[in-house]
Amino acid sequence: MDFEVSDDRRMLADTLSRFLSSDYDIAARNKVAYAAPYHSPEKWAALCELGTLMALAPEENGGFGGTGFDVTTVFQELGRALCPEPVLAQLMAIRLLMAAGEDLEGPLSGTTRYAVAIGELSAPYTLDLIETEASGGTLTGRKSVVYGAPGADRILVAAMAGGTLGVYEVDGSDARVTAYGMIDGGPAGEVFLDATQARTVLADGAAALQDALDWGTLALCAEAVGAMDWSFATLLDYLRTRKQFGKRIGDFQALQHRAVDVSIEIEQARSITILAASRMGTPEQSRTCSMAKNLIGRAAKLTAEETIQMHGGIAMTWEYPLSHYAKRLTMLDAQLGDTDFHLERVMAAHMAA
Amino acid sequence: MDLSFTPEEEAFRQEVRTFLAEKLPKDIAEKVKTGKSLTKDDHERWQRVLEERHWYATTWPKEAGGPGWTPVERHIFDEEMAMAHAPRIVSFGVHMLGPVLMKFGNEAQKSRYLPRILNQDDWWCQGYSEPGAGSDLASLKTRAVRDGDTYVINGQKTWTTLGQHADHIFCLVRTNPEVKPQEGISFILVDMATPGIEVRPIKLIEGGHEVNEVFFTDVRVPAENLVGEENKGWTVAKYLLTHERTGIAGVGFSNEALDRLKGLAREQRRNGKRLIDNPLFAARLSEIEIDLEAMKVTNLRLLYEAQKNGAPGPETSMMKIKGTVIRQALNDLSRRALGPAAAPFPSEDLEGNEALVAPEHAHAAASYFNNRKLSIFGGSNEIQRNILTKTVLGL
Repeated sequence: MDFEVSDDRRMLADTLSRFLSSDYDIAARNKVAYAAPYHSPEKWAALCELGTLMALAPEENGGFGGTGFDVTTVFQELGRALCPEPVLAQLMAIRLLMAAGEDLEGPLSGTTRYAVAIGELSAPYTLDLIETEASGGTLTGRKSVVYGAPGADRILVAAMAGGTLGVYEVDGSDARVTAYGMIDGGPAGEVFLDATQARTVLADGAAALQDALDWGTLALCAEAVGAMDWSFATLLDYLRTRKQFGKRIGDFQALQHRAVDVSIEIEQARSITILAASRMGTPEQSRTCSMAKNLIGRAAKLTAEETIQMHGGIAMTWEYPLSHYAKRLTMLDAQLGDTDFHLERVMAAHMAA
Repeated sequence: MDLSFTPEEEAFRQEVRTFLAEKLPKDIAEKVKTGKSLTKDDHERWQRVLEERHWYATTWPKEAGGPGWTPVERHIFDEEMAMAHAPRIVSFGVHMLGPVLMKFGNEAQKSRYLPRILNQDDWWCQGYSEPGAGSDLASLKTRAVRDGDTYVINGQKTWTTLGQHADHIFCLVRTNPEVKPQEGISFILVDMATPGIEVRPIKLIEGGHEVNEVFFTDVRVPAENLVGEENKGWTVAKYLLTHERTGIAGVGFSNEALDRLKGLAREQRRNGKRLIDNPLFAARLSEIEIDLEAMKVTNLRLLYEAQKNGAPGPETSMMKIKGTVIRQALNDLSRRALGPAAAPFPSEDLEGNEALVAPEHAHAAASYFNNRKLSIFGGSNEIQRNILTKTVLGL
């Protein structure tokens, strides 16, 4: 048994953390996260320059990482800093392009930025009910709430061709994208495809898509752990300093017990994320990612709601950084399958047995 | 035991419903329904319509210009208002200051301010909380020093709801720092146009502007603006807070939100089925519905007691806790029902033909985040539990 973080990953985390806290602090983050284009192309380039994306693929594919723990290391730091850069989309694109055996130089250097368009309005999470159609080298359909779509160089699209789910690539400038910001910051958009020129990446892509979804799910879990750690540290600081009724509010037992409960759930969240990371590439990958996302969904919402409540009014303000962390912690549940969706997947495995 | 309303009460409900169907401006109801913020004019326009019928000052006795309703009638009115998407009456002048002036104000104050409240001549806001005095209101520091026939006020108030529209503010100020915290506080009326007052907006978590900070620098206020006795403001404040707490359960809002959520769950598709047919979702919805049904009866029981005894008891704290928890649960489930479609920031970008979701749902996430305030303001739910611990449990 060994829960130590390797030196390489610690160095990666330190580098990222230093960059994010000095060059991309919360003020800088809020400035870009809520105004078009909802992220900073300049910071994106700097983040890629640090080798952030290289950690997302193994050496044989041109990267220097690519394990579950490499991915969680990166995303935990992004979460701790509440970074709005669309790294998640890039990770999922890298997994899809790897499955297709494609060259990863552009995606790993970040010079080609990708979005991955899977969810649709009536099927936000499932692969089984995708209606976008591929035919004759074109795509037709609508993809909804595609994270990182505005300004992406290329969009990888999940679409059906004759009953087979495949992955197709559309040039960002060919698709019609309506851009908007997210309530928790960062870019997203609706992608409208109307006989849009597309290149086949994987004619039969269901397994690769599920794999990409799993990796994305793992990344979101790690991001949540980072954001929960930051939020809880901030809460503790507040409990220790804020005074009411002549006492530190942390002296009130009612709050002490609740803070303890939140801390337990955060540790549980960290543990299930470690478990999921350890099972990437095994037959248990999908199921463990679902277990992790369900628990994260519960723990992240509890953390968001309780840290706001125990702070009181100050955490309801735009100016106080915690409010933005709370929004992210709440809204990441709606990305790549919410708590109920993943609970159903875990349940289905029991019910089939 | 009979849970039904009397025929008179049912007839009254019908009367309110007809009035709302005829008189509530459609554009204002649409804004309320979609969670958009209302302008000062929207509020005043609607409140004028209510006042024409003498249904504006609902907590006032008949002789003072109110409808003279029983607590049950007020409850029916609030329920119908919420179901019809009527704006909530801005309560600072009419429901908070009005009753305070009637009880503690002198004749000059009553004859000057009460008619102006009814006529919407003054927009009042509340100067209670301070950065260091939220739930612990008695630790407030804003100072008022007597200088001849004026008070000179220095300090800062915060969470001043709709203060950006207000021309008057009623404040708790410290007039004696030497005694126990509760004993040196006074209640005073301040014209916002007085030199030395500055209002600064506070942007909230979801991006909206409804609360403000108010700064006082050497603000000179006539001594005649003191309500009640100097240093006895705590009594006034406590009286006012009981008025703030009534109706805070928001049964009407929860009813409306549950109805809307059911509609939403019938429209939304998940895994090829209607969301309402998903057992996990249906279970969550049903649990809230059960809690709400129970709370409605608890609320009626308290109304019945209030009707019998003349005033609401400390049990209103129970309604504050349960009512806000249920409303938050409804907001939460509505946001979750939309899935990723709840994620876009509500803005101009989303208006128009390619709006991501139906416009009436576009504010689901924003409402969820904004309504985290429900368990914090009006005396946080933790404070309500402390009150109940002492007054009801006797611990």
